[in-house]
Amino acid sequence: MKIERITALFIALGILIVAVLALPIANIFFKQFAFDLTGFLSAITDQAVLKAVGLSCFSAFLAVLVTFVFGVPLAYLLARKNFRGKALIEGIIDLPMAIPHVVAGVMLLTVFGLSGLIGGPVSPFLRFEGALPGIVVAMVFVSAPFLINSAREGFQSVDPRLEKVARSLGATEWEAFRKVAFPLAFPQIFSGAIMSWARAISEFAAVIMLVGFFPMIAPGMIWNRFYSLGLYEGMRVAVILLLITLSVFIGLKYLRGRLYAEH
Amino acid sequence: MLSIRDLSKKWADFSLTNIDLDVKEREYFTVLGPTGAGKTLMLELIAGFHRPDKGEIWINDKNITDFPPEQRKVGFVYQDYLLFPHLNVEENVKFGLRLKKVPKLETDKKIQRTMNLLGLTHLSKRLPRTLSGGEQQKVALARALVLDPDVLLLDEPLSALDVPTQERLRGELKDLHEKSGITTIHVTHDHVEAILLGDRIGVLSDGKLIQVGEPDEIFRKPKSEFIAKFVGVENIFSGKSELKKGLARIDIGNVLIEAVTQKEGKVKVCIRPEDILLSKRPIKSSGRNMLKGKITEISDRGTIVRLKIDVGRELVVIITKRSFLDMKLRIGSGVYAAFKASSVHVI
Repeated sequence: MKIERITALFIALGILIVAVLALPIANIFFKQFAFDLTGFLSAITDQAVLKAVGLSCFSAFLAVLVTFVFGVPLAYLLARKNFRGKALIEGIIDLPMAIPHVVAGVMLLTVFGLSGLIGGPVSPFLRFEGALPGIVVAMVFVSAPFLINSAREGFQSVDPRLEKVARSLGATEWEAFRKVAFPLAFPQIFSGAIMSWARAISEFAAVIMLVGFFPMIAPGMIWNRFYSLGLYEGMRVAVILLLITLSVFIGLKYLRGRLYAEH
Repeated sequence: MLSIRDLSKKWADFSLTNIDLDVKEREYFTVLGPTGAGKTLMLELIAGFHRPDKGEIWINDKNITDFPPEQRKVGFVYQDYLLFPHLNVEENVKFGLRLKKVPKLETDKKIQRTMNLLGLTHLSKRLPRTLSGGEQQKVALARALVLDPDVLLLDEPLSALDVPTQERLRGELKDLHEKSGITTIHVTHDHVEAILLGDRIGVLSDGKLIQVGEPDEIFRKPKSEFIAKFVGVENIFSGKSELKKGLARIDIGNVLIEAVTQKEGKVKVCIRPEDILLSKRPIKSSGRNMLKGKITEISDRGTIVRLKIDVGRELVVIITKRSFLDMKLRIGSGVYAAFKASSVHVI
């Protein structure tokens, strides 16, 4: 079959961008497994490494959960209602995607740090510095936009009259949301959650600035080992984190594809 | 049954002003009006999707103005069906019963009865997007009817369908109403639909209900330009049908015509003026109605001529200017009007 010229051009351009994205990933895997397999095996059995990677995954999951509980209702409001200050709220939600992570760290410190706006008064019973809540808060701050925006688009794609019909069939406002709007927007909420989780797990600067290096998350450990023990020590942990993130990513995308295909 | 008192509402580009309306128990009430007249808004107010700025809505002597939609017992069917795309046909129909936590046995019985009534049983496991428009609209009807609502609201239910499906479903709507006796409000911009289905018609124009009455009355003395445009465009008669050898003989008052239908008893009959042939001599052909009459009115409309012919009832006929001149017709001329039994639309 003859490929048309524009299609050929697009394929060529596509190959280039995929190469730029894939090369560093392929390279790090190649280097690790070809030249330092024993180092990788020792890292993957290292309790400290597993703990850090586990903590990263878990706190990213908590961050998504928090965003889900508070963000999905907000996304629904943004999709359905018009109110004063809506543009402002949408701007605030988008902002974390546009600011340097170090700046995010500074801002978080001034609010959740030990002498921060909120962190100070609640410090007797809830601490953010050097504790899990701090990791989660930092992750929520940088990752929430992905889930909220995706969920809002999901709700926008559901005809509001479907909910009206549900109401006329006896559904309360909550039932119409739960049985109609939510399931129909779910594929987009789900992919937003994946993106959000990925963004959370990848955060370094904001977490380190607010929490410090302990409890240690995977990016913190990579930096730490790279800085004190050298490139290859850092790379081992990086490869483990990459493997986990990649498999979760691909697995969830596949699951979402299956979910989507059913509708 | 349903009373609307001094209802006003402004919403987006639409508005309704001082609507007063009473719809009787078991009545099929059509609301006729052009696009943008506020027809959908009126239905959505009755359903409780909007709150009125002013006025009250009563159903069965209960003021429901402040009731949320789920407590109104009002069924709603939109023009574009709006089936739940993630649920199959049966789950769509079951939706309301599930919410009400109706016991399984009763649910199954009701589902079966309603799906049977609308001929949907064979589609029960299909997803909405795999259905034709007509099928989807019937599922939407079933979904509303299975709950035995006090009032059924139909928002342009036939407008999104192709013409043959439209005509078929129009008949089915009428049958359904006769069988279920459910009080129905049906809004449409299609005057034929309004006439054939409506026991009474309300004419809505610029958010005001300007005329309410039986179809004959509305079209004999129209108070709106929108309606006046259609006067004389259709031949509409009420009659009584008797079946004989597969054909129906319908008495439309002094005149007997034959039609292809299975309907008996009280019917409405509609014959398009362009489906009627005129000639000065009798036309010999089977399956045709032939009525003898006299021309009472001639109006020249350029390339076509519209005639009124007294055949015992007044018949409107449209012919080309050319054949009008060829036949040398004038007021008082005796003519034969012929039309096929299959051109007579019966409801």
